[in-house]
Amino acid sequence: MSRILIVAEHDGTHLNPGTAKCVTCAAALAGASVTVVVLAQEPAAVAAQAAALAGVAQVLTVANPANEHPMAAFLAPQVAALAKEFSHVLGPATTFGKDLMPRIAALLGAPQISEIMAIESATRFRRPVYAGNAIVTVEVAAGVQVAGTVRTASFVAAGNGGNAPIAAVTPAVTLPSHTRFVSVSAASSDRPDLQTARRVVSGGRALGSAEGFKLMFALADKLGAAVGASRAAVDAGYAPNELQVGQTGKIIAPELYIAIGISGAIQHLTGIKDARTIVAINKDAEAPIFEVADFGLIGDLFEIVPQISKLLS
Amino acid sequence: MKRILVGIKRVVDYNVRIRLKPDGSGIVTDGVKMSINPFDEIALEEALRIRERGAAEEVIAISIGSGDAQQQLRTALAMGADRAILVETGSGTEGALEPLAAAAVLLKLVEREQPMLVILGKQAIDDDNSQTGQILAALWDRPQATFASKVELSGTVARVTREVDAGLETLEVDLPAVLTTDLRLNEPRYVKLPDIMKAKKKPLEVLPLASLGVATAAKTRVVRFDPPPQRQKGVMVKDAAELVAALHAKGLV
Ligand SMILES: Cc1cc2nc3c(=O)[nH]c(=O)nc-3n(C[C@H](O)[C@H](O)[C@H](O)COP(=O)(O)OP(=O)(O)OC[C@H]3O[C@@H](n4cnc5c(N)ncnc54)[C@H](O)[C@@H]3O)c2cc1C
Ligand SMILES: Nc1ncnc2c1ncn2[C@@H]1O[C@H](COP(=O)(O)O)[C@@H](O)[C@H]1O
Repeated sequence: MSRILIVAEHDGTHLNPGTAKCVTCAAALAGASVTVVVLAQEPAAVAAQAAALAGVAQVLTVANPANEHPMAAFLAPQVAALAKEFSHVLGPATTFGKDLMPRIAALLGAPQISEIMAIESATRFRRPVYAGNAIVTVEVAAGVQVAGTVRTASFVAAGNGGNAPIAAVTPAVTLPSHTRFVSVSAASSDRPDLQTARRVVSGGRALGSAEGFKLMFALADKLGAAVGASRAAVDAGYAPNELQVGQTGKIIAPELYIAIGISGAIQHLTGIKDARTIVAINKDAEAPIFEVADFGLIGDLFEIVPQISKLLS
Repeated sequence: MKRILVGIKRVVDYNVRIRLKPDGSGIVTDGVKMSINPFDEIALEEALRIRERGAAEEVIAISIGSGDAQQQLRTALAMGADRAILVETGSGTEGALEPLAAAAVLLKLVEREQPMLVILGKQAIDDDNSQTGQILAALWDRPQATFASKVELSGTVARVTREVDAGLETLEVDLPAVLTTDLRLNEPRYVKLPDIMKAKKKPLEVLPLASLGVATAAKTRVVRFDPPPQRQKGVMVKDAAELVAALHAKGLV
């Protein structure tokens, strides 16, 4: 039987929705038992949220001041010490999980399957390669312990309704002193989160300036949407890096994605393949973004976007 | 000697639209443009800048792959690497090492060269694994600072700004350490013709994989390559009003 350990991502107070998506991914394995481990300075609040997820059989907590900020060099040895009995060790394919899970895999000597989009069996997985332009089916031999990151855009979050027991554990490991946390920029909290928003308005190089990019925020406010950006817009300083959507930014699956002044490079499209409805606004009728758009509108965004905002008022 | 090791993976150029082999055994690489993984160019550029500031003395470009990867190593030498090492594997899918194995190979070279820094890309754009740097750091029992967008060295400490989902995070790590690069760390320089000539004289050492005595047997097996699900091409609308009406009809606004 598969015993799956999921490493919870959280900010000290809230469980990140990526964790509930890992639970859904794990639940696809018939008969699997799912354990979530919460490593934190003070894990109680987050552990309670994990225990309430439907499908979770057990929650482990590791309380340690060293876990206040999630750093792979600290978390990995603790998780590895707890992971011996588990067949699969999973985390979300967020920057948290991408940083951490390979370090755990290395300590376990386990191969990692990155960006799992489907678990076909305990030994067979599907994942995207080449910026999502091919999907590979990967197999490991029976009985091999596997680490993995879960492509969050491929799964819906597990709902509540669980009531798993919570147990505190203390892995016997010495933690390193070679890595020190300095700071993290505070996430802007008044807008919907890009990774979980139902609607996303995304701007590209065509916005021309940080000032121009404000058009995106204005439209997003009208729609209750999160704001995204192409790499070109981020590189040019029109939008902060955490808004980048794509192969090397965030991979998202909103119900509505509106791409404005974005050409639709392969690397950008990788990030939006799972969006339910894609709208493209671009002045170039030949722009590749139109090949994937459900609704396309050719024209000057500086005229069209204010019109849309007005129509929505 | 203060050394920096840089990973240089040979990959299908990022501008190429890849095609699958009809039998699903892999992607078509015959006649396809190959390049240095873009994140590795950024890694090399960062290493060169550190050396040019006097904080390091030697930059070594390392590739694990078939003999063809010598082309990418020559490019790395032309960009400014001092020497290069090719760990030669078989060609094709059979030759490609998993991240666990690639990291084990890199660790061997780390033990030999004793670098102050290893700079790798945050991901290879072919397998999109994003694992090798983290695995190497764990095997080496040293710090990792992944997805770096800014690196400041002072003495035996690196202060690294990382691109994370929340925004930017800053860590301080003791050297030696492993860094992986994000896109905004720097803009790699262009190679100039005289540098290409000079690079031909720089040392490029070829080590057969077997000579390293590293266990590199694959633990995973790719069963099949499939095309991704295609999106249906949609409809064009003529103006903002029609667009809003269409979205309204679908209950999206
Ligand atoms: C390794 C690697 C990873 C990458 N990762 C990512 C990633 O994660 N995300 C990402 O987005 N990119 C990524 N890129 C970059 C990608 O290749 C493209 O360069 C980038 O997506 C282009 O951004 P853009 O569409 O905003 O700009 P452009 O390609 O310059 O497109 C601008 C568009 O705006 C249109 N336009 C101009 N003016 C107007 C107007 N007034 N009204 C309407 N339309 C207008 C133009 O017709 C054009 O189509 C990556 C590249 C590499 C090499
Ligand atoms: N075969 C290889 N040769 C050289 N460097 C590699 C190789 N494989 C991985 N790397 C390095 O590790 C990084 C991450 O690769 P990956 O974990 O495969 O996404 C790459 O950007 C390279 O810097």
